[in-house]
Amino acid sequence: MSEARNVGILIIGGGPAGLSAAVSAYEAGARDILILEREETLGGILKQCIHSGFGLHRFGEELTGPEYAHRYIQKVLEYKIPYLLNTMVTGLAADKTVTAVNSEDGIFEIKAKAVILAMGCRERSRGALNIPGTRPAGIYTAGTAQKYVNLMGYMPGKEVVILGSGDIGLIMARRMTLEGAKVKLCCDILPVPGGLPRNIEQCLNDFGIPLRLSCTVSEIHGRDRITGVTLVSVDENRKPIPGSEEYVSCDTLLLSCGLIPENELSRGAGIEIDPKTSGPVTDENLQTSIEGVFACGNVHHVHGLVDDVSIQADIAGKAAAQYVGA
Amino acid sequence: MKERKITCIMCPKGCNISVTFAEDGSAADISGNSCPRGHEYAWNEVHHPVRTLTSTVRTASGRMVAVKSSVPVPKELLFDVMACINTVRPEEPVKFGDIVINNVCGTDADIVVTSE
Repeated sequence: MSEARNVGILIIGGGPAGLSAAVSAYEAGARDILILEREETLGGILKQCIHSGFGLHRFGEELTGPEYAHRYIQKVLEYKIPYLLNTMVTGLAADKTVTAVNSEDGIFEIKAKAVILAMGCRERSRGALNIPGTRPAGIYTAGTAQKYVNLMGYMPGKEVVILGSGDIGLIMARRMTLEGAKVKLCCDILPVPGGLPRNIEQCLNDFGIPLRLSCTVSEIHGRDRITGVTLVSVDENRKPIPGSEEYVSCDTLLLSCGLIPENELSRGAGIEIDPKTSGPVTDENLQTSIEGVFACGNVHHVHGLVDDVSIQADIAGKAAAQYVGA
Repeated sequence: MKERKITCIMCPKGCNISVTFAEDGSAADISGNSCPRGHEYAWNEVHHPVRTLTSTVRTASGRMVAVKSSVPVPKELLFDVMACINTVRPEEPVKFGDIVINNVCGTDADIVVTSE
């Protein structure tokens, strides 16, 4: 391993939070900035969010996800802010030394004066939901299905049940319907939908897709490929009501059951995590329990709107610029 | 007087808009919206619903790019527009802002590339 390189502000993640933090740090005077992104292009989750509805607060107009990302990527290019793609950060130490790996440089270390955590969040998976039944193919988180359809051009299935009424699940109900799949229903264990009213309207109601509330999947059927699910109604304590079971056939089950901030690196560095948000405890400048380490976007707490992620990341970028004395 | 409740889809607020109709069936009053966009949405919704359509196109080289309708298209034509979108394989280079279909399905909308 070669000697550690030095950087003023190191940003972990090139999604909406990382991009916005980089632009804001630059505009606050910082010049020695580096973004590390593990995928092959900048933009993060916005790349696969091809639907519109972003940017009304930030830009005063309705944009698609890729268009929203484009505006920030153009700024990063204009300001010539350096970034490394296909580069995975594997470790963050309390002294702000970051360990990363890519296929060109191998494993390397970067010593930063300030670090901005912008790693985003992950979807709650089947394993975390403890749904009984077999373990066949055909079960995806909604975001994984979104990546298959929108970025890779594959349809995950033809007959779909969606568990959880989060926005990504609703968006995928519409997307898969438009691409020719039969979306049979969307169910949620809670008595109120998780997603925005506009998405219930334009993603389910527009296409006559039923929404079943206080209803969940109690069993998954199928050996090699999923063949169906058992739905069950639940009472006010979310306990299954005996006798309410119903079998629904499907070849695909999408899970849209919540997002969890991705703080493996933060925990590894010993950063204090708030059990309520699963994100780092921060002060008003978004500085974590380690001086000079800032957090913003969905790694801090799960945001409803990307516009709010950008606003928060602006604060973190500016604060990091001040910290390094820019 | 007849009334119709509409959930606005123009922004994340999702206002509950109420449209009341006159004797002749025309929209007489629109209330509950918090902005002019909501008023326009509700008017369209009771006269001729339209939606912005987003999808993807595979380029001739096999790359997936995101696309959208430049203006909202009639709701009843969404599947026709999808069928049309799924027939095109534009030649590279395909860039942000390129039009891959003009005047799709006789609507006034173009299909525009929205990704890099």
